[in-house]
Amino acid sequence: MSAAGQHPAVDADELRRRVRDLLDAHPPATTEPLDFLRARFDAGLAWVHYPAGLGGLDAPRSLQAVVDAELTAAGAPDNDPRRIGIGLGMAAPTILGFGTDEQRQRLLRPLWTGEEVWCQLFSEPGAGSDLAALATRAVRDGEDWVVDGQKVWTSSAHIARWAILIARTDPDQPKHRGISYFICDMTDPGVEVRPLRQITGEAEFNEVFLTGVRIPDSRRLGEIGEGWRVAQTTLMNERVAIGGGRVPREGGMIGLVADTWRERPELRTHDLHQRLLRLWMESEAARLAGERLRQQLAVGQPGPEGSAMKLAFARLNQHISALEVELLGEEGLRYDDWTLRRPELVDFTGREAGYRYLRAKGNSIEGGTSEVLLNIIAERVLGLPPEPRTDKDLPWKDLPR
Amino acid sequence: MSTPDLLYSEAEDDLRAAVRSLLTDRCPPATVLSQAESGRAHDVALWGALGADMGTAGLLVPDKLGGQGATAREAAVVMEELGRAVAPVPYLTSAVLAASALLGCDTDQEPVARLLGALAEGRTVGALALPLSTVAGVPGTPAATVRADGDGTLSGQVSGVAGAAGADVLLVPATGADGYGLYAVETAETSVTVEPLTSLDLTRPLAAVTLTGAPARRLAGPDRAATAIGRALLTGAGLLASEQLGVAEWCLTETVRHTRERHQFGRPIGSFQALKHRMAALWLELVSARATARYAADALATDSPDTPVAVAVAQAHCAEVAVRAAEECVQLHGGIGMTWEHPAHLYLKRAKSDEIALGTPGRHRQALAGLVDLAAPTG
Ligand SMILES: Cc1cc2nc3c(=O)[nH]c(=O)nc-3n(C[C@H](O)[C@H](O)[C@H](O)COP(=O)(O)OP(=O)(O)OC[C@H]3O[C@@H](n4cnc5c(N)ncnc54)[C@H](O)[C@@H]3O)c2cc1C
Repeated sequence: MSAAGQHPAVDADELRRRVRDLLDAHPPATTEPLDFLRARFDAGLAWVHYPAGLGGLDAPRSLQAVVDAELTAAGAPDNDPRRIGIGLGMAAPTILGFGTDEQRQRLLRPLWTGEEVWCQLFSEPGAGSDLAALATRAVRDGEDWVVDGQKVWTSSAHIARWAILIARTDPDQPKHRGISYFICDMTDPGVEVRPLRQITGEAEFNEVFLTGVRIPDSRRLGEIGEGWRVAQTTLMNERVAIGGGRVPREGGMIGLVADTWRERPELRTHDLHQRLLRLWMESEAARLAGERLRQQLAVGQPGPEGSAMKLAFARLNQHISALEVELLGEEGLRYDDWTLRRPELVDFTGREAGYRYLRAKGNSIEGGTSEVLLNIIAERVLGLPPEPRTDKDLPWKDLPR
Repeated sequence: MSTPDLLYSEAEDDLRAAVRSLLTDRCPPATVLSQAESGRAHDVALWGALGADMGTAGLLVPDKLGGQGATAREAAVVMEELGRAVAPVPYLTSAVLAASALLGCDTDQEPVARLLGALAEGRTVGALALPLSTVAGVPGTPAATVRADGDGTLSGQVSGVAGAAGADVLLVPATGADGYGLYAVETAETSVTVEPLTSLDLTRPLAAVTLTGAPARRLAGPDRAATAIGRALLTGAGLLASEQLGVAEWCLTETVRHTRERHQFGRPIGSFQALKHRMAALWLELVSARATARYAADALATDSPDTPVAVAVAQAHCAEVAVRAAEECVQLHGGIGMTWEHPAHLYLKRAKSDEIALGTPGRHRQALAGLVDLAAPTG
């Protein structure tokens, strides 16, 4: 990584100048979107706080907004962050933090442009909230690791080129210490992806069976046995990524219901009015809290509010979508489409109320359940004592299962 | 709408530190309680140190009118600290409500400027003679219950006025032949009776004000009085959210401290997940309460067109958060939470009264319905 300070400080004006240069050299109107995205990455305007040469300019993170605004105004193509969320939100910061130079050079550019989609092979049938209990094994064989096991609830595995994977490399160690972190090539022999149909009828996530998959040691992230520590970086970024998007007032689900309320006076009831006003107010409060979190990050005072935003987002989405189905009454009894689809992106607003109601149930499970996040807030933020634990120091192989 | 600044500036942090250190020294819970039981309207010595010596009484008043020339952002920080200490001082009633009402009058007029200067100095205490429950942020003026007679005197009654008992001057909305107006009345007049009421909140007592031909000076006529009072109520409600934040913060901090220390069943009770989740959920609500309270303060400070929405959201949200925090505080303290000696009850009483003050959460949500175009069903 190029050390910060090695480059002259990049300020907002300098960034605007670089955006203009990019737009002059690659006019969005006449440039293929992918070519434009590659050029943008190479100009250091992808994520400006990343190192030079890796899509950034070592600039303060807060200046990304300047670049995004200029490019949006110029009608430049966007890398579809909904489709590549796992790569952008979780894989990238982990690769940046723990990867070798070679890994960063190879992986970050196509990740950012969306040419290569990522998935996250963490959860297993026997290890969800208690992720460190995972049983997928990676055994050393010369320069390779041979991986066997089963992962589950893997979003986007059906379109992913790469996966971040955690596997057990030493069953004699206590569960948190015998795990290593790998990058898995989803096109390798032995990787089998099976759609897993969801409550919504579609299959956004999958089961993934790993049978004798050979992963070269050069695709390990972090030290052998240090995978849990690496995974913490991924998980922390996951929560911020889930709750952290910037939205205008009424920008989330509440806007859809508010519009229906305005356009369809015949649907209104007094009970729903009270609930709608409360949810509107709570959505606005959550939006402001998210804005405050971003302002704290921008001045370098990161708070623990990332988990807070994810929790608020889950609760609100569930309550609002429930209200929406009720508001629609007779129409709320219907559903748009039960065919088994395998979507490439999570689309909350494109489908109808019943879909939103069902999909929002996942918001309090994916990326760590609300219960687990409340435990984390209680212990790490409030400093409350942990619950007694019996599994911390026993070797993993001796744990009751 | 420009992006609001939701953080605290360095100057605001310094102000907070100064106010907090004064309150830690001079206003511990035992002092609050004995003051409340003394029958005095507020802690005169504490108000002297805080309002006059430290200058907080004049934060909202411009320099040229004898104040500190600060904004609602700084006043909000003071309110947070006063809430954290449930301090028995007339900050909300005199430095916020009365001062804001005067700022809405014509400050070029000598009587207005003189009274404002006196309030800003903190030596004179004022109160806006309206029930504390008056709803802020809804169109229309609060109906005056006082009559202005042709001879320049006022007659009538106002009930449930906070801060009246300790006030030197009352700002009284009244209606007369000239229409609606705002008048100043000295409480020292024999034609003014201020009768303390037994109040739910021991730290912010209410009084009934009776005027029987009280000599009064008109500060604003129909052209300005209504907007001045409306603006004062909006400012009061917006800043009250910060007090509620302070109340909630004390309650959560104390509850965490207590449940870490108290042992039952061989464990600190704070290690039981049923309790941890309740405290974590409260913390979450505090995070968003702080954001809404900061937004309301910033909107007031910058005179943003979004101020009515910002205040309604902050009031509706923070009022409920403060009550929940205080109720959880009592519950998770168990038996001692129910005692008179433990300060939890002071916070519960303040939180519940604050919930009604300047409009209940329900009234603020109703105001929102009009502001953001979410109309109620017809019929
Ligand atoms: C839509 C969706 C997408 C997902 N995508 C991915 C993905 O791409 N990659 C991936 O690896 N995983 C993914 N997951 C999996 C997700 O991370 C897990 O489902 C989640 O961590 C919970 O684990 P679990 O399902 O095993 O539930 P369990 O851990 O069995 O939990 C069951 C219930 O018990 C509660 N519980 C468990 N432990 C505790 C505790 N200590 N205290 C209190 N309550 C507790 C939980 O909160 C929950 O309510 C996805 C899940 C969903 C729903």
